[in-house]
Amino acid sequence: MTEVLARLGAGWILAVRHLGRSLLLLLRILEGVDELLLRPRLLVEQLFSVGVLTVLIIAVSGLFVGMVLSLQGYYILSQFAAESALGVMVAASLLRELGPVVTALLFAGRAGSALTAEIGLMKATEQLSGLEMMAVDPVRRVLTPRFVAGFIAMPLLAALFSALGVLGGWFVGVGLLGVDDGTWWVQMQARIDWNEDLSNGVIKSLVFGFVCTWIAVFQGYNSVPTSAGVSRATTRTVVHSSLAVLGLDFVLTALMFK
Amino acid sequence: MKTSKTVEILVGAFVAAALLALFFLAMKVSNLGTLDTSDTFEVVARFDNIGSLKVKAPVTMAGVEVGRVSSIGFDQERYQAVVKLAIYRRFDRIPDDTFAKILTAGLLGEQYVGLDPGGSDTFLEEGSEIEITQSAMVLEEVIGQFIFGKAKEEKQ
Repeated sequence: MTEVLARLGAGWILAVRHLGRSLLLLLRILEGVDELLLRPRLLVEQLFSVGVLTVLIIAVSGLFVGMVLSLQGYYILSQFAAESALGVMVAASLLRELGPVVTALLFAGRAGSALTAEIGLMKATEQLSGLEMMAVDPVRRVLTPRFVAGFIAMPLLAALFSALGVLGGWFVGVGLLGVDDGTWWVQMQARIDWNEDLSNGVIKSLVFGFVCTWIAVFQGYNSVPTSAGVSRATTRTVVHSSLAVLGLDFVLTALMFK
Repeated sequence: MKTSKTVEILVGAFVAAALLALFFLAMKVSNLGTLDTSDTFEVVARFDNIGSLKVKAPVTMAGVEVGRVSSIGFDQERYQAVVKLAIYRRFDRIPDDTFAKILTAGLLGEQYVGLDPGGSDTFLEEGSEIEITQSAMVLEEVIGQFIFGKAKEEKQ
């Protein structure tokens, strides 16, 4: 009995310790932001590997998610003779939920895991210690640009996802299933509110970007410096990010849409 | 590793494409492109019953949207709903004896305010009041009247 309690306590203490450490790391990362502004080239390099290299998977997924939404929505809405609301349905579900959430999940899988593996390997091959030896703070030099790049890239990727999703849905709904083109756009503009739907979606993607990159950077920096440790850290990044995104999405939705 | 020039160009293209997507979402998908809140004037209309009319519901004339419902209040002295309508300023020739009624779009659709023009030579302007109004149709009341009428018929 005491054994079980002790295990529970140990697990809890470890979780709190990780939380504290990741918070301290976040503060150190944020402290380095002013220095990053003096060297924007570092940020551009990271934006390339975090943002540009993720565009392809985001664009293709967005297009297909929009197309599937339109197809499924049409089957259901046509039973109620409400095909005219198809555009509203596709746009609202993309802007409010699927855009930010699916982008964040893909972002964690594609960019977050790469960040963790890169930083973890830098630690395992003692490149981070090497930087420290040369009196360069590895947090400011390595982590800050990656964190800021992820934070910037995520909302941009989510916007691309939603826009391509709407276009994919339009292609299927208007192009293949014969919903009227004018109805599609007019109903959409009448029902989708820029403040209620669009801004809240962008806020969601900002939060998700912040959390996903934070988790990725922390797991990399905190990994056990062996090949097994780096692989475990990479797995944890994807699992923790996905759970954090889905959990936060529920909280944000409950707060935003009344 | 690509040369840094290529990297810069690709990052620039990425940011530009994403901003373009955001612009597309704002102007084409949401109502930001069709919104002109600054260019409106407000008129007041009192209704006995507004049904389920909501703020931001359209105000139409001959089916064309000429404004939006900007606020809904309640007058405690006259027990009436006070609906403020924000009319787009370009529609400055709506007679001041215009008739306002609350209509329903479709069988289950949302409710909106419909305006029927009167014949006056003076026009609605900021702060003027629409005197003649017709309440929303409430389904229970309509059915109640129908049953009441039926019962009366049978008595005679």
